Amino acid sequence: MCGVCGCGEGHDHDHDHPHDHQHPHAHGAAHSHAPGLSPMRMVQIEQDILAKNNRYASENRRHFGEHGILALNLVSSPGSGKTTLLTETISRLQNDVAITVIEGDQQTARDAERIRATGVSAVQINTGKGCHLDAHRVGHALETLQAQNHSLLFIENVGNLVCPSAFDLGEAHKVVILSVTEGEDKPIKYPDMFHAADLMILNKIDLLPYLDFNSEECIQFAKQVNPKIKVLSLSAKTGEGMDNWLQWLKAELALQRIAYV
Amino acid sequence: MHEMSLCESILQVLEQQAEAQHYHKVKTVWLEIGALAGVEAEALRFCFDIVMQGSLAEQACLEIIEIPGQAWCLPCADNVAVQQLYDLCPHCGSHQLQVNSGDQMRIKELEVE
Ligand SMILES: Nc1nc2c(ncn2[C@@H]2O[C@H](COP(=O)(O)OP(=O)(O)OP(=O)(O)O)[C@@H](O)[C@H]2O)c(=O)[nH]1
Ligand SMILES: [Mg+2]
Ligand SMILES: [Zn+2]
Ligand SMILES: [Zn+2]
Ligand SMILES: [Zn+2]
Ligand SMILES: [Zn+2]
Repeated sequence: MCGVCGCGEGHDHDHDHPHDHQHPHAHGAAHSHAPGLSPMRMVQIEQDILAKNNRYASENRRHFGEHGILALNLVSSPGSGKTTLLTETISRLQNDVAITVIEGDQQTARDAERIRATGVSAVQINTGKGCHLDAHRVGHALETLQAQNHSLLFIENVGNLVCPSAFDLGEAHKVVILSVTEGEDKPIKYPDMFHAADLMILNKIDLLPYLDFNSEECIQFAKQVNPKIKVLSLSAKTGEGMDNWLQWLKAELALQRIAYV
Repeated sequence: MHEMSLCESILQVLEQQAEAQHYHKVKTVWLEIGALAGVEAEALRFCFDIVMQGSLAEQACLEIIEIPGQAWCLPCADNVAVQQLYDLCPHCGSHQLQVNSGDQMRIKELEVE
């Protein structure tokens, strides 16, 4: 296990992301200081704590730009319906555009298997005790995926409304999925995530008749933390509202294509 | 914000810099944490000690320099103090605020040997 990047040993780095694996050498008896230096001293660092992740994210973003890949980072709490939304989206869209998926979960390859059952390629990243995807591991998943030019890449993040907001993966947009069973106050309880997202999907609206979820209020809360956020309501299960989501995706793909040329 | 993964990122920077800056032990770490960075200082301290165990920064002191939140308000055309990321302008109530200070998380300097 590499302490610097957290990935397993023996990985090839044939992609050209900025890779500074400077594994600190063991400081044993052989270690000597330059003569005349006092043992205690100050070192100026001035380094952003997330700078390393951000470097990998820029590298991923450059890769997406070069290949005309529209990358979307799907974030939510566990069980909001991300994988269901993806399989339903893929079955409706895969004849129009090439799609690949990166699945992030702490354990198991269940979600990647659900995606592969639709016929598209998926790579599973297991984060172990980590609770978010980082740009470095996504960069390695890209090597495995070999997504084609002009394609759509979904990155399903680990179910967690907190720290994935701070880790840029190089995506074009974060899409936050909130299911109506979670309560309308989540945007103000977890504001960082709703602030970071460009689109909020209210999922499981087929369940609204059984709940006293107030959609209006929920949308208001989301706009309070992010006045620019767009909102779509749908049910991945019944398909209600899916057309608006597909249209949003097609518009984004068209924009990506203009930028690519 | 997840303080544990932040501490892991801090440790990575300390390990990387050890070679470049020729030190083998970190005694004190000064962090600049903005009031708007979404970091709980207490949680950070707690995680810091755990993550640094067995590393070159075991038992290092953590000094947190707090940076107040500040944003540029478009309607007021002035810098205003903000306590939270999604606050409205305290003068005019606008949400057209551009945070320009207090959202940083930086390792500022180290005391090493
Ligand atoms: N009623 C209803 N159930 C849904 C809908 N979408 C998903 N579900 C159900 O919600 C549960 C969780 O769905 P998943 O797609 O696994 O959710 P997820 O966000 O991928 O979950 P994690 O990856 O574990 O975080 C499953 O039982 C789905 O069948 C919906 O629109 N309506
Ligand atoms: Mg899933
Ligand atoms: Zn490595
Ligand atoms: Zn790597
Ligand atoms: Zn995390
Ligand atoms: Zn103002």
